[in-house]
Amino acid sequence: MALEWISGNRKAPENVTASTTAEPGFAEESARGAGTAPIISLKKVSKVFANGTVALNEMSLDIARGEFVSLLGPSGCGKSTALRIIAGLSNATSGSVTWPEEARRGKPAEGYGHEISFVFQEPTLMPWATVFGNVWLPLRLKGVSKRAARDDVMGALEMVGLAEFADSYPRELSGGMKMRVSISRALVTKPRLLLMDEPFAALDEITRFKLNNDLLHLWEKFGWTVIFVTHSVFESVYLSNRIIVMAARPGRVARDMAIDAPYPREDEFRTSPVYNDYCRKASNALHDAMEASAET
Amino acid sequence: MSLAATDRKPASVAQADPAIAVSITRPAPGKAARAKRILIPLLMLALLLVVWSVYVWAFAVPHYILPSPMRIANALVTDWGILGPALLVTLKITFLALILALLGGVTLAVLIAESKIAELALYPYAVILQVTPIVAIAPLILIYVPTTQAALLICAWIVAFFPVLSNTTQGLKSTDHNLLDLFKLYGASRLQTLIFLKLPNALPYFLAGLRIAGGLALIAAVVAEFAAGSAGAGSGLAFRLIESQFRLNIPRLFAALFLLSVTGVMIFAATSFISYMLLRKWHESALKRET
Repeated sequence: MALEWISGNRKAPENVTASTTAEPGFAEESARGAGTAPIISLKKVSKVFANGTVALNEMSLDIARGEFVSLLGPSGCGKSTALRIIAGLSNATSGSVTWPEEARRGKPAEGYGHEISFVFQEPTLMPWATVFGNVWLPLRLKGVSKRAARDDVMGALEMVGLAEFADSYPRELSGGMKMRVSISRALVTKPRLLLMDEPFAALDEITRFKLNNDLLHLWEKFGWTVIFVTHSVFESVYLSNRIIVMAARPGRVARDMAIDAPYPREDEFRTSPVYNDYCRKASNALHDAMEASAET
Repeated sequence: MSLAATDRKPASVAQADPAIAVSITRPAPGKAARAKRILIPLLMLALLLVVWSVYVWAFAVPHYILPSPMRIANALVTDWGILGPALLVTLKITFLALILALLGGVTLAVLIAESKIAELALYPYAVILQVTPIVAIAPLILIYVPTTQAALLICAWIVAFFPVLSNTTQGLKSTDHNLLDLFKLYGASRLQTLIFLKLPNALPYFLAGLRIAGGLALIAAVVAEFAAGSAGAGSGLAFRLIESQFRLNIPRLFAALFLLSVTGVMIFAATSFISYMLLRKWHESALKRET
């Protein structure tokens, strides 16, 4: 098999198995990686919107450094809400979001002591700024001058293969290229946690496969922690080493499964039995989660 | 063959060579088409002038009813000593009012967009000021303000500033929510968000407001002068227009009208040009679409 000769340089967290039950509180127990505090820890986080909708109900989740976690679920399961709460863009109604790793390093366990980047479903570029200007933005807001930011910005553009488009305007780029710029902007701050909210959902499949691969290569190279929201079973299995399947109404964790396939994963992985097996499992888990959603 | 080509299309074609895409999508605009764009309006103008001249000549229309185009051109030259300074006065009021309208409109728009209290306190009164006919306010202003010139300026300003205010406010408020989130995530200050995000976002709206305000400033400068009934030296074109009417000097009236129209067209052209120059690189409205 194509996979066996590829030695995985990354392991899925050992203590999560694919057969865990649909207990909302389950993930809370799974303190991962002996001795290392999770990078982020959600404890019984709930979000109730002003109109009474319960977007999230007591979601608990620990995410370890270096994990590639996908939040997979039907629309309305609160996966985007969870991401926004982690990013600090939205406040939880109850429960806590803490950063134990930060706390260990003597920084406050709550608040903005950490480097987070966020990639939206839309490229979300400023149309009046060049590609360079868009990628420079996060640094510019921290007061870094154009000259001082030049190397970092060009480096981030090189990572996504767009260095020669630095002076182009967003409207001159294709959808896939705009998304690359968006990713590049997220990477320019050298984040430790990368949050992605269905970043490739609006792209055609061929472009999406390409960007999936590029994202994986960068992740393997730099070892960030990624939380990736998606509604695609295939994408989540291909990318992540852990999938959190979520159920809707109210949004909650339905299943926490490890994808124990080695990296690097290339296009051949898409046709391998291991991949198919995991896709079936994830698909079943999603199906169960949706049944559970329908009942309530 | 076509299959193979589409297979590789997505990111790689445009990425590999942007010049290819450009050369395919940009056929040279035909010189004939450009010539047509200039020639047809000119021919139309010539036709109109000829019909006008022939009509006046054939029916022997007296010049105090409808002067021939030649006579108007003549009046423009011989009366330039009167019309020129008047034009200058009108231009001065119009542009001063426009500049003040831009400053006031943008400042107020920022205030309104940034502060709910400012919006509730100010916006209704801005609307009231706008919807009340300027002709009705002018006499009051004339009483309160020492010079006629200042009164005209205030009138023109009141009329011109509203489109700037309402458009800019709209632009500031219609900022992409995801971009606002992004700025929040990166800890942008309120001032940074305003300067780097909200103001550039409002620019196309502001420019649309500017184009309207430019035309309105001229109209208001003329209307206010009618209402003010100013007279004598230091008066603008509106006064010369009315004066010509009283004296049945219709060629001069037409000449004054001509100058006002030209001024209006120039203001429109200038504001459109400014708008194009500022937006051509990025905004949809300034994009040339190939068909």
